[in-house]
Amino acid sequence: MKRQIPFVLVFLAGAFMAFQYYVPHESSEFVYEFLLDWTMIIGIFALALGIWSLYQVSVDKIKLRKENWAYSYVTLIGLFIMVLFGFTYKIGDSWGMYSLFVVSLMALLMFLIQTTISKSKGLWLGLSALALIVAIAVTVFDDSWGVAFMTSEGLKNTMFTNFADFVLTPILSTMFSLLAFFIASAAYRAFRARNVLASLLLIAALIVMLRFNPYMPFGLPDYMMKISNWLMNVPNLAAQRAIVIGIGLGIVATSLKVILGIERGYMGKG
Amino acid sequence: MNQSTNIFDRMMSIDRRWIFLFLIVVCVGTYVADFQIPINTVPEVESIYNFLDTLPEGKIVLIAIDYDPNNLAELHPMTYAIVEHLWRKKIKIIFTSLSQLGPAMADQAIRDISDSLKVDKTYNGVKYKGREIVNGVDYTFLGYKPYYALIILGMGQDFRLNFPNDYYGTPLDDLPMMQGVINYDQIACVVDLSGGNITDAWISYGQGRFNFPLMLGLTGVMTAQYYPFLGSGQVLGIMGGLLGAAQYEELADNPGRAKDGMRIQLFAHYVIILFIVLGNIGYFMSKRKRTEGGN
Repeated sequence: MKRQIPFVLVFLAGAFMAFQYYVPHESSEFVYEFLLDWTMIIGIFALALGIWSLYQVSVDKIKLRKENWAYSYVTLIGLFIMVLFGFTYKIGDSWGMYSLFVVSLMALLMFLIQTTISKSKGLWLGLSALALIVAIAVTVFDDSWGVAFMTSEGLKNTMFTNFADFVLTPILSTMFSLLAFFIASAAYRAFRARNVLASLLLIAALIVMLRFNPYMPFGLPDYMMKISNWLMNVPNLAAQRAIVIGIGLGIVATSLKVILGIERGYMGKG
Repeated sequence: MNQSTNIFDRMMSIDRRWIFLFLIVVCVGTYVADFQIPINTVPEVESIYNFLDTLPEGKIVLIAIDYDPNNLAELHPMTYAIVEHLWRKKIKIIFTSLSQLGPAMADQAIRDISDSLKVDKTYNGVKYKGREIVNGVDYTFLGYKPYYALIILGMGQDFRLNFPNDYYGTPLDDLPMMQGVINYDQIACVVDLSGGNITDAWISYGQGRFNFPLMLGLTGVMTAQYYPFLGSGQVLGIMGGLLGAAQYEELADNPGRAKDGMRIQLFAHYVIILFIVLGNIGYFMSKRKRTEGGN
């Protein structure tokens, strides 16, 4: 019975969602919307689970002094400080004692981590309680900033936007732009005309790269553009279409196996 | 081992630090040098431009800013070119952002383009008077929600299901341009500017289910993957990478970041081609020497 009920639920939900697509009736739409809401709610639990998992993995790494364990502190501080900034906002002209609030909460986080990894738990628990009291006291008595859980004021917090605009954005852009150098190096090593297929790949890559080159003589850019368009629209399209159809059929087959209870991996024990 | 073999062997195994150095010198050099290269347009981009350019005033276009800062260099110019084109033609825009860091990208683009819209400009011989862009009148920014496939499906029922308020916290029903706008039925098309899998969801769950005209702006490496959807008619047009953005700027007669970046990209490609050619010359000559030596 413990196993049958989930199978029945999966069969009903899967079969309903498959048939609902072809039934444009309002009651069918209502159930469909209702199930979409359920999916989102379950998904939000997954988000919370993800944050908890990241916390656990990072603390374990610190506890066991695994390779590069010190960076786990950076991960945890980054995670919680952005959440903190996203839920707080400025009311007056100045931030008042906001920095003390942030420091005390980050200290609380550090002390809690120490509580789990240190032998003198009492000391760290005491310090955690102290940091929590300071944070609560600042929140209660300082009117220059507020906490917003239900509204989006925190998104306008200058700390939140500045960290996103001037720390996160440049870091991500830089990481991605480094790819250009690795691609150049990899292309130099990989594109060797060792056999017929490698030569075809090399020629196709050169044509696509040169398709917008305006400095070639004898009207070559036009030819390059035409050949490049043909490469993209005929051989590439044919190959990609085969892949897409293959993936689509695979998805249908896997979905049917799940709906019919043949594939039971989601139950945890296969 | 003779001298010539040494040279060819070296051509085959240049230290990658030399490649990096050469590339950075060329990129910086072309960035500093101020010249533009001519741009040829392709039908995939022309179809997007033509569709948007012929939309009547007051229509609504949904632009999905589904990229993070990693793809900013390629996709941000597309956003700037398309949004400026649409706002100049007084077409309203609903922005969404189904990528986690997308809202910052969208917010920045909205602020910048709103500023540039304040001055008079002439595009393709037509003079457009400068005007103030007003939130809720000219655009609505819905912001970010997780689980993009569900959000795309939800917006097909009612935008208010997933976004009762806009990004700035105003209820959608209080925004003038959202009056009577329920779902995809009231919008002219969707333009998805994406650097990841969200595009698949727009095609499968969005266009597939609700049948709206869909146009894509993708990173260079993604572009080839989406040609089947262009061939099948599910996608109306594709802008691929910085080149696609530059082509849109060319068509809109609004040279910007993409056309500016194309000279850097072109010369970076020359460097890559140069090294590929060197590697192949080295490979063939070494092979020949070895064959001759064997005989």
